[in-house]
Amino acid sequence: MSSDKFDAGKPVGGLPSPLRRKLLLGMAALPAVGLLPRGALAQALPTDAVNTTKLAVTDSTVKVGILHSTTGTMAISETGSVQAEKLAIAQINEMGGVLGRKIEVIQEDGASDWPTFAEKARKLLVEDKVAAVFGCWTSASRKAVLPVFEQYNGMLYYPTFYEGLEQSKNVIYTGQEATQQILAGLDWVTKEKGAKSFFLIGSDYIWPRTSNKIARKHIEMKGQKVVGEEYFPLGHTQFNSVINKIKLTKPDVIYASVVGGSNVAFYKQMKAAGIDLNKQVLMTISVTEDEMLGIGGENIAGAYACMKYFQSLQNPNNEKFVAAFKKMWGANSVIGDVTQAGYLGPWLWKLTVEKAQSFDIDKIAAASNGIEFTGAPEGYVRVHENHHLWSKTRVGRARPDGQFDVVYETADLIEPNPFPKGYQ
Amino acid sequence: MFEGYSLAELGSIFAMQGFAGLILFSVFVLMALGLAIIFGQMGVINMAHGEFMILGAYVTYLCSNVISSTVPALFPAYFFIAMILAFFASGALGMLVEWGMIRFLYRRPLDTLLATWGLSLILQQVFRSVFGAREVGVVLPDWLMGSVAVTDTIEVPINGLFVMALTIAITVVIYTVMFRSRWGQGVRAVMQNRVMAGAVGINTEKVDRYTFGLGCGIAGVAGSAFTMVGSTGPTSGQLYIVDTFLVVVFGGAQSLIGTIASAFTISQAQSTMEFFLSGSTAKVLTLLTVVVILMLRPQGLFVLKVRR
Repeated sequence: MSSDKFDAGKPVGGLPSPLRRKLLLGMAALPAVGLLPRGALAQALPTDAVNTTKLAVTDSTVKVGILHSTTGTMAISETGSVQAEKLAIAQINEMGGVLGRKIEVIQEDGASDWPTFAEKARKLLVEDKVAAVFGCWTSASRKAVLPVFEQYNGMLYYPTFYEGLEQSKNVIYTGQEATQQILAGLDWVTKEKGAKSFFLIGSDYIWPRTSNKIARKHIEMKGQKVVGEEYFPLGHTQFNSVINKIKLTKPDVIYASVVGGSNVAFYKQMKAAGIDLNKQVLMTISVTEDEMLGIGGENIAGAYACMKYFQSLQNPNNEKFVAAFKKMWGANSVIGDVTQAGYLGPWLWKLTVEKAQSFDIDKIAAASNGIEFTGAPEGYVRVHENHHLWSKTRVGRARPDGQFDVVYETADLIEPNPFPKGYQ
Repeated sequence: MFEGYSLAELGSIFAMQGFAGLILFSVFVLMALGLAIIFGQMGVINMAHGEFMILGAYVTYLCSNVISSTVPALFPAYFFIAMILAFFASGALGMLVEWGMIRFLYRRPLDTLLATWGLSLILQQVFRSVFGAREVGVVLPDWLMGSVAVTDTIEVPINGLFVMALTIAITVVIYTVMFRSRWGQGVRAVMQNRVMAGAVGINTEKVDRYTFGLGCGIAGVAGSAFTMVGSTGPTSGQLYIVDTFLVVVFGGAQSLIGTIASAFTISQAQSTMEFFLSGSTAKVLTLLTVVVILMLRPQGLFVLKVRR
């Protein structure tokens, strides 16, 4: 896709125009008061100085890459991330870009195929020399591109919540790692619902297995019981047997990390089998507003989801974000946890570049530690020195209309801990 | 795993489990019937079978949207309308594909595999462009959701019963059409000996086209029914294709009875093992068993006796 679609300076905020003009004038005047006139910024920071490693940075533009699947199985999930990243980039451009340079997007399609991801990552880094890449969704695709980013020294902003057990100079993980998503939710369900027994069910690949391993340790450390742990191949569509098993073991909580098309089958069949999620507590770490579209709100209403972001979150940042997102991508679009994490990527990169006063990857990697983004829709995030984000954990309750009621959020930001001791 | 349960509780769990097996059996038969006709009777390896099913599912989705916005009074019954439309939509597309592609490939079965695989990719991208990459939620009438309480402890899902009834109905219709009607006789004649069938005055091209259309149409109905139990997205068809081929090949490609017998064996084995072992292990053991049996009996469970 051509990049010029997004730097037309289209207003996104939705403020009435006289007010916006005043605001813009005010914003344009700010640098003049502070340091330098706005137009002089690019000359004040000559390209030779901010770009010593031959990235695609000119006096007026900087190229970045977006690398997601827009075709194939994963397109279902990755579409939202692409939209959020483009929105963030359009907003940043509207504010004058990064170090006075407009962002140009080069989008590549990973096509749900991991070798393709690696090949496209190499193309973005070697041929296009992009200053940063926003992309990947599954752990498999991230694992495929990681060696490429490390070899050619690129910078990847990765949006998905994932299993942890990874840390790289060349990746900023804007989603939560497993302990950030799991522990607080389990504590909440124990305290609020008096849960003593859990039934763990997930799709059979690394993320659910690692997550459930952490969950099981945490449950057993507190003297509670895991009464069942089950995995099904990706794409499995028949859950009647395991639903009977759940009925037999009568767990206080069903803890679900089923993904993809299986999700829809799982919730529809549970409802058909007479399991009422208003009575049976179910906590999921894999259903966001995006998945609810396919499952159907009426089939999952009453279930609890443990995430860091919900579209219904009430704070000024989020209201602005949701309005801008709907304006750009249509009133019916929904925003899930990962979509919001995708939105963080370009902003964190912009803030880091401005802190480092440079586009150089090494300087950005070093400057990332401690970067704060106060405009985050989820509230406030800060980058940890392990390149993950400090963020809150929240529990939402699914409503029939496909949204969540936020019923709990942790008081403090949770520290990211990709290599949790005692949980491995 | 059974300590601490009363006999009555165990009894009702096993009853429900038996039922779960029967539902799986019906689902397998429903997805395999269309393919059994196309692969078994025509020898065409149709890799796009799953996509014909999803076309039926999307027709159901459209139908539910249109009916709930125009004539909401009809909504409780829309599912029947949707299934009929799904049959004709998938059937028509099937006939078009047969006319435009398959008929040039009858003597080259391996090429049909590639061609229909390509077709499945094309259809997936068409679905994605038309309906979006995300899954769509098909709203079902209330009477189809929930369960019937047979006793206090035994609950049977209604949509399971619906799929079972539908499977029985379609099987009876297919059996009558293929084995009791003159047209079915013609189909079987063409498959057994194309040249002779032509020589005695059967229009073989027409028979091919309608047979392929019938198989695809049944796939459409199956897809429509599966909106009750599964997901509807551009690539959802891929979820069914492996199991479908497994059932047809294991049953013996040319025999409809074989398809039913193999669906029964596989579904019962899988559902029982899933209950006692874990989901992934059950799948592995099922596949291993099928592989071993096919090694001993390469032609599948049932074979038609044909003079070659």
